[in-house]
Amino acid sequence: MAASAARIAARRVCNGAFVGFCWLVTAIALAFLAAVLWTLVQKGMGSMSIDIFTMDTPASGSRGGLRNAIIGSIILCALAMAMALFIGILAGTWLAEYAGDSRYGGVIRFLNDVLLSAPSILIGLFVWRLLVANVFHHFTAWAGAVALALIAIPVITRTTEDVLRLQPTSLRESGVALGAPFSTVIRGILWRAASGGMLTGALLAFARISGETAPLLFTALNNQFDNFDPRHPLSSIPQVMGQPIANLPVVMFDNALSAYDDLQRLAWAAALIVSGSVLTVIVIARMLTGSRSA
Amino acid sequence: MNELAPDCFDVSVAQMKREKVKLEVRDLDFFYGKSRALKGISIAFAEKAVTALIGPSGCGKSTLLRTLNRMYALYPGQRATGKVLLDGEDILGPSVDLAMVRARIGMVFQKPTPFPMSIYDNVAFGVRLYERLSKADMDARVEESLRSAALWDEVRDKLGASGLGLSGGQQQRLCVARGIAVRPEVLLLDEPTSALDPISSAKLEETLAQLRTDYTIVIVTHNLGQAARVSDHTGFMYLGELVEFGPTDEMFTNPETGRARDYITGRFG
Repeated sequence: MAASAARIAARRVCNGAFVGFCWLVTAIALAFLAAVLWTLVQKGMGSMSIDIFTMDTPASGSRGGLRNAIIGSIILCALAMAMALFIGILAGTWLAEYAGDSRYGGVIRFLNDVLLSAPSILIGLFVWRLLVANVFHHFTAWAGAVALALIAIPVITRTTEDVLRLQPTSLRESGVALGAPFSTVIRGILWRAASGGMLTGALLAFARISGETAPLLFTALNNQFDNFDPRHPLSSIPQVMGQPIANLPVVMFDNALSAYDDLQRLAWAAALIVSGSVLTVIVIARMLTGSRSA
Repeated sequence: MNELAPDCFDVSVAQMKREKVKLEVRDLDFFYGKSRALKGISIAFAEKAVTALIGPSGCGKSTLLRTLNRMYALYPGQRATGKVLLDGEDILGPSVDLAMVRARIGMVFQKPTPFPMSIYDNVAFGVRLYERLSKADMDARVEESLRSAALWDEVRDKLGASGLGLSGGQQQRLCVARGIAVRPEVLLLDEPTSALDPISSAKLEETLAQLRTDYTIVIVTHNLGQAARVSDHTGFMYLGELVEFGPTDEMFTNPETGRARDYITGRFG
């Protein structure tokens, strides 16, 4: 049995080495992440002030903040997510529940996967050609929201289809067995059962679009001025949407490349706000779904 | 309601003739694509009685059950020919409202499938599809259904809790309560206790014993003891055919066919 004892010892060493290697590479990956976060927090916090939230983006050398860009990003992301959730959830539901293994369903699924990995600059170019060049003839917030929605739709479609497919057939059948039309089974039972996963998909999509810069350069561009009127938020939105709109990613892009220190500081503050808001939204959503699931 | 047609099957007609027939199957063939899973089945289910379907795995019991409420219609490629008469009306016909058929013929599945909502909403879900009840009436209906399913005493204080938090046996009785809350005329049960422990199974059987006075029940089971305990009539199926059908007492004490005898005495299956 001496030989087998030696083999067991060798196996232990091998196992230890493998686990150690896994630890090591995980540590390397986390170290880079920590370095990125540390730089972001350090530079971002150093640039934070009350002006960031109360003043609009400045010309170099004058005082200013990010108020218009923050409002613009919120409007763009909210509109894009509203469009993307509507289309993505319905498309994902169709793929999971109605398309089956049909050829048409297969084609749509494949195209969605292609869109999922399409470079975002391509989406920007497409929307520029479609809406900016042909319809509006100038940069507008609408085009920006559509471009962001086009990026979010495939993510939501895919995750919706995946989580619906995970629901057991028996759940569908027991809804149908009560005399419910299939559409009622989907809305009343399946969506509810899959809501956690669908929310994860929506959050992934939100995280993805909240930092997208390239498609906005072609569509929403930027705007030094803020037409949003907090006293009449709804009635001022059409005017805001018809023009170029300031937003955090493009402000970040422009200012980070600037030679002026004060503008670079604004870029860091914008980066911290984008990261912080994504983190906050994800944590809140996780808490909400965590308390709801049984 | 029509009297049982004696030519539907050739066994034990004498006794069945005295009972009203609720659901009748005539010359039923069933196909999964090209494969024929049921061959010329004719059987009648008596009103307010329990009929058990037994037979080895793959013999077509569940397929027959899923034809009775047209559950198979969810899947393209599955089709049935022949007649299934509910109170004399053919539910396999093209003009039949499937949702309405399924509201009249409820079904409970092998594995408990509570919906991801509260116990109360689980029971109320089906009712809300067809009836607009006041809060008080709905409360009464939920309580009545849970009592009928022998679950009320265990959940009366936590109706707002998720149905997913119940034990397996409780979940299955919740599914029974959900099924009877819409007041169907027929209740189909597809191996309802196969995923339950013996104590939960016994409770579900007690529930069935109470329900038999109000509902026409068809139960598919692998548990021969259960078929003997709960049913009035038993059908034995083999390879897609109904081999023998008759009163449960006779089937279990003196089966007419050799195959049924071999199955019941445990020589195969």
